[in-house]
Amino acid sequence: MIELLTDLFSNFWVSLAGKLALVALMIPLIGMALGFAEIKLSAKMQARVGPYFAGGRWGWAQLIADGIKFFQKEDIIPTAADRPVFKAAPMLVLVSTVALLVVIPFGPGLIFRDLSVGVFYALAVSSLSTIGILMAGWSSGNKYSLIGGLRAAGQLIAYELPLVLAVVGAVIMAGTMSMSGIVEAQIAAGFPYVIVQFVGFGIFLVAALAELTRIPFDMPIAESELVMGYLTEYSGFRFLFFFLAEFANMFTLSAIAATLFLGGYWLPGVPESVLEFAGPAILLGKVFLLAFVMIWFRWTFPRFREDQLQTLAWKWLVPLALANIAVTAVLKVVL
Amino acid sequence: MTINSDTMRHLSEAQVSVELETEDMTLNIGPQHPSTHGVLRLVARIDGERAFDVQPVIGYMHRGYEKICEVRTYPQITTIINRIDWVSGYANEIPFIVAAEKLMEVEVPERAQYIRLILTEMARISSHLIFMASYPLELGAATPLFFALRERERVLDLLESVTGGRFHPNFNRIGGVKPAAGAGPTMKKTSQDLPANFLPETRSAMDRVMEVCDELEDLVAGNEIILARTRGVGVIPVEVAAAYGLSGPNLRASGVPFDLRKIEDYLPYDRFEFDVITGENGDCWDRWHCRLQEIRESGKIIQQAIDDIPSGDLLAKVPKLIKVPKGETYVRAENPKGEMGYYLVSDGKDGPYRLKIRSASFSNLSILPWVLEGVLVPDIIAIMGSLDFVLGDVDR
Repeated sequence: MIELLTDLFSNFWVSLAGKLALVALMIPLIGMALGFAEIKLSAKMQARVGPYFAGGRWGWAQLIADGIKFFQKEDIIPTAADRPVFKAAPMLVLVSTVALLVVIPFGPGLIFRDLSVGVFYALAVSSLSTIGILMAGWSSGNKYSLIGGLRAAGQLIAYELPLVLAVVGAVIMAGTMSMSGIVEAQIAAGFPYVIVQFVGFGIFLVAALAELTRIPFDMPIAESELVMGYLTEYSGFRFLFFFLAEFANMFTLSAIAATLFLGGYWLPGVPESVLEFAGPAILLGKVFLLAFVMIWFRWTFPRFREDQLQTLAWKWLVPLALANIAVTAVLKVVL
Repeated sequence: MTINSDTMRHLSEAQVSVELETEDMTLNIGPQHPSTHGVLRLVARIDGERAFDVQPVIGYMHRGYEKICEVRTYPQITTIINRIDWVSGYANEIPFIVAAEKLMEVEVPERAQYIRLILTEMARISSHLIFMASYPLELGAATPLFFALRERERVLDLLESVTGGRFHPNFNRIGGVKPAAGAGPTMKKTSQDLPANFLPETRSAMDRVMEVCDELEDLVAGNEIILARTRGVGVIPVEVAAAYGLSGPNLRASGVPFDLRKIEDYLPYDRFEFDVITGENGDCWDRWHCRLQEIRESGKIIQQAIDDIPSGDLLAKVPKLIKVPKGETYVRAENPKGEMGYYLVSDGKDGPYRLKIRSASFSNLSILPWVLEGVLVPDIIAIMGSLDFVLGDVDR
């Protein structure tokens, strides 16, 4: 039986279909898990109970109910909208998230595709979602959406450079751009890179928050100013796509941060044989830790202004990241 | 945004080497918008993120209260006027009632005056707590809302236990305050008074309010981003504030120690010790901070009033059918939003001949075109929120 399965999965198309099904299943599951964490944690932080009735206990089925609700809704496309672009935008945002999952190592050898330029690929693909947001903002035929979309584009200029530069330190230390290679380098070194690359880790986290357009950098959505920013005209399952993409993106970026700086699927002291099957759980644990920090920020901080983000990025994050790279490079050669 | 065919042609004809002529965009903020506190509409002409001309359009909530009051009797009017500024309904009743009493030359019993004062300050606290809740939300922080509203609920519960209403108490009578609900004329005086535990419960509620002020100071004032968003934003210098007729915390934040509680004698404020809070720069931060400290001062006033509230009647002797003698008067009071005044003209009948209502929010809002000139779109919301107006108070 097992041989039959192995045979079956050695076929390229079958294994591709299997991987696709896995990803297709992962995105909603991750989205719901993080979404549920968000609503429950925010309730805790705000002295509320949060969802309580759906599913009987702790309202665990709340997001399933929400998802079903979104599918039942009418698919509204404004008359003034640019229809094809309006329809394509949420998919593009979701696709960029799905594509990110490809290079995340969940365990030794447990990776969809171990690209030799994994880090490069991840950073490039993650920026695609901004194009989707810009498309959504432009095509909605709504001034608030337009401002939101343009803000997202402006934000890209601010966070993209620090995001890339923050990663360079870890890449220099590992000597490879392959994601699983970086984890293996951390195993070989015996410590997660955050211990020496804490500056890079901090910058990466801030820039990732900006990329996720979460508070304190949620200017493209900015409920109190732009109604709902680029999401204003979306409803039903198209809105659901954005919603899922937001949480799945939170997962993937946290996973990248965990892989690059926190040792990925590895924990100090855990033998290789255990990592084989415990790897995904360890990575998930680290991801949820980072996601908790992001949720915590979201419900504590107010929102920056777009120009303040630019100041923060160009006057603080970029010089810091450059200094970090210089120091790392020098030490790498000297030590 | 609609792109008409002219613009399309214009864009298609534009040469790459020629600098594009960019048009400004007119952005309609409101009347349905999350942050306009009701139905205010702002017509903003923006160039990118910068607004160079913002005009408020009001009147979506005009209910013609001044005219309605001309065909109502005096006791009926309190039901209308506490819907003017609905987040501090109780405080709206005071100046009108005092104006009528002044014309009738009625002496209000001490105890009734103290009860009025306590409830007015509680209305001020609940109004300011709403501001404490909504202002961080407008800057993107959702959490302070719940802390502030939780304490406001405590205050409103107490208000309700006395008056029977959370928002629209309708508790004042000409000559005093209404005896407790259910107390008929045959019942003894004690049962017509405040609810049994009201005073001790108010005292502990005030302690909690003071604590939540500290919490909010921690949560909001201790946040760098809030400071960056509010310091130096929407600065209103003293002269401009005075020229536009600003009042209340908005004027005090600019540095003018103008507080009608110290100047007028509509309630016995002169017997209590409290400070008039002023700001330094008149920016959004000062307006926030002034209100926070005013909550503390109100708490202090209430504690002192509870300490020496006299016993006695709640209602002075007034005729069954209230007729106000011929004459006119203007009574103004320090409402949570600022100066609220009623100009009452009576021709001796059972209703006013004319009632002019001066509401604080209307004048406070009039500064918007001046202060919003040349600010960024996010700052429009930050400044608008910091002025803390209520649309019912603007339109009446």
